[in-house]
Amino acid sequence: MLEVDVTLTQGGFRLDAVFAAQAPIVALFGRSGAGKSTLVNAIAGLVTPDRGRIAVEGRTLFDARSGIDLAPEDRRVGYVFQDALLFPHLTVRANLAYGERLTPPHERYVDRARVIELLDLQRLLDRRPSGLSGGERQRAAIGRALLASPRLLLMDEPLASLDAARKAEILAYVELLRDELRLPIVYVSHSLEEVTRLADHVVVIGEGRVLAEGALAAVMARPDMAMLAGRFEAGTVIEARVARVDEAHGLTTLAFDGGELVVPNLDALPGEPVRARVRARDVSIALTRPEGISIQNILEAKVTALASEYGAIVDVEMSVGGATLLARVTRKAVAELGLRPGLGVHALVKAVAIDRRSVGFA
Amino acid sequence: MMLSEEEFGVVALSLKVGLWAVAVSLPPAIAAAYVLARKRFAGKALLDAAIHLPLVLPPVVVGFLLLELFGRRGPIGALLEPLGIEFAFRWTGAALAAAIMGFPLMVRAIRLSIQAVDTRIELAARTLGASPLRVFLTVTLPLAWPGLVTGAILAFARALGEFGATITFVSNIPGETQTLPLAIYTFTQTPGYDAQVLRLSLLAVALSLVALALSEWLVRRTGATETAHA
Repeated sequence: MLEVDVTLTQGGFRLDAVFAAQAPIVALFGRSGAGKSTLVNAIAGLVTPDRGRIAVEGRTLFDARSGIDLAPEDRRVGYVFQDALLFPHLTVRANLAYGERLTPPHERYVDRARVIELLDLQRLLDRRPSGLSGGERQRAAIGRALLASPRLLLMDEPLASLDAARKAEILAYVELLRDELRLPIVYVSHSLEEVTRLADHVVVIGEGRVLAEGALAAVMARPDMAMLAGRFEAGTVIEARVARVDEAHGLTTLAFDGGELVVPNLDALPGEPVRARVRARDVSIALTRPEGISIQNILEAKVTALASEYGAIVDVEMSVGGATLLARVTRKAVAELGLRPGLGVHALVKAVAIDRRSVGFA
Repeated sequence: MMLSEEEFGVVALSLKVGLWAVAVSLPPAIAAAYVLARKRFAGKALLDAAIHLPLVLPPVVVGFLLLELFGRRGPIGALLEPLGIEFAFRWTGAALAAAIMGFPLMVRAIRLSIQAVDTRIELAARTLGASPLRVFLTVTLPLAWPGLVTGAILAFARALGEFGATITFVSNIPGETQTLPLAIYTFTQTPGYDAQVLRLSLLAVALSLVALALSEWLVRRTGATETAHA
């Protein structure tokens, strides 16, 4: 359980954040400059809030009222920075050992051999940071933070400086950590893709305030999230389970309480819980069930709201069983179909629009 | 070139004075450099100016001030004498004069290299459980190593060449305070010792070159290990 309630002013910028989260991975999501990094710095003890309280798993790290302000080295909070910040004068092996050596033996719960194996660091041990690629550096930095046996791991945009292939690689490692070490992680990102894939609980930060927080699907379904995500990425998240795997066609069928969703194969086993992010621009609406159409996913839906009518574009919010879908259509289409709240429609989702990158394993 | 016993004594004394000057001034120079590089406080400009004073004052004035403060009747000298620490007309005084004259050069070099250390790397070390002192010893100092070497060598070279403050403070006593420059000066004042002057001058050049080469080697050695695997 991570509890945060702080106010912090830093050179004209004011951060006011209140949230509490109980989840393996909590995502702090928001645009750059929204205050996400300041918030994780406050959790790590690198900046001091003006007022408030921060607690991790019931342990108070900061409490202005009772004068508690643990030094960063006493917080047992690991920190993976955007640009790794390895010690340039030390080998990877010595970088990994740095925090481990400073951890009292009875506090160590992370096994060095396992971390080296998990993050594939064996080959890098005798090298210096200057000789590593961006992805290798980030892996070493994650290992270094883990070996200090933290009680919470902060990751501040750990993928921001990496290319797409490295990103996918590190994401897979983060998933491994979550599943194997059961270490609570606060993951800072401005990428919906990363957040969907990793996070169970999302805290949306904007202009120094918490704009929304809660379970990923619930937060993503909020109409104001469409504005925040931007035109391209607006969408919703559907919590589902793998129902069937169709090896012959390379498809996976996901079942959720509004029906089924066919997506390209996910390498997942039947029964596994997954999250699929469906972007509003990948969803179309038909009044009657269309026939002779390539679209694999035709879902019975009910219009619940028409949102953000700026210019030619309207986001249509629909309920599909208990899930929410957004469809981004033209204002002309809304008029021609007579879309209004309460109307029963068919939501059409292209299977290929939901790829591996927009699915996370819960 | 074989050294006479006398010449050898002069060189040995110069090296002793130079090494002691560097060894004694290094810790306070590191502290001053760190404070100037990292801290903000009232009077910082004043401290900065005070440290740089020996660089701009005539060395004779520095020597005179040292004599007033550390002489047997001076306020600090009188305080230290019962403890067995004497400076006036002793080689220790020559070392003190050399240390003070080299101090600004040392602080400057170390300060620049500390300023070049990314403070976020230090913060990363804090999150890994290191106290501020440990961060300083295991991260800041090693990363500032080239500046430390440069500063130490600069101060050492300055100590070898120190003349004005030394002769004013501890006079020119053969075997006690007569360092290389003082010996050269003495010979230039004595007719018929031109060859002696030349020999000692060549020695001074050689010592300075060795010091420079040593610093180059020390800095390169650490640089090399850092990029060896690149």
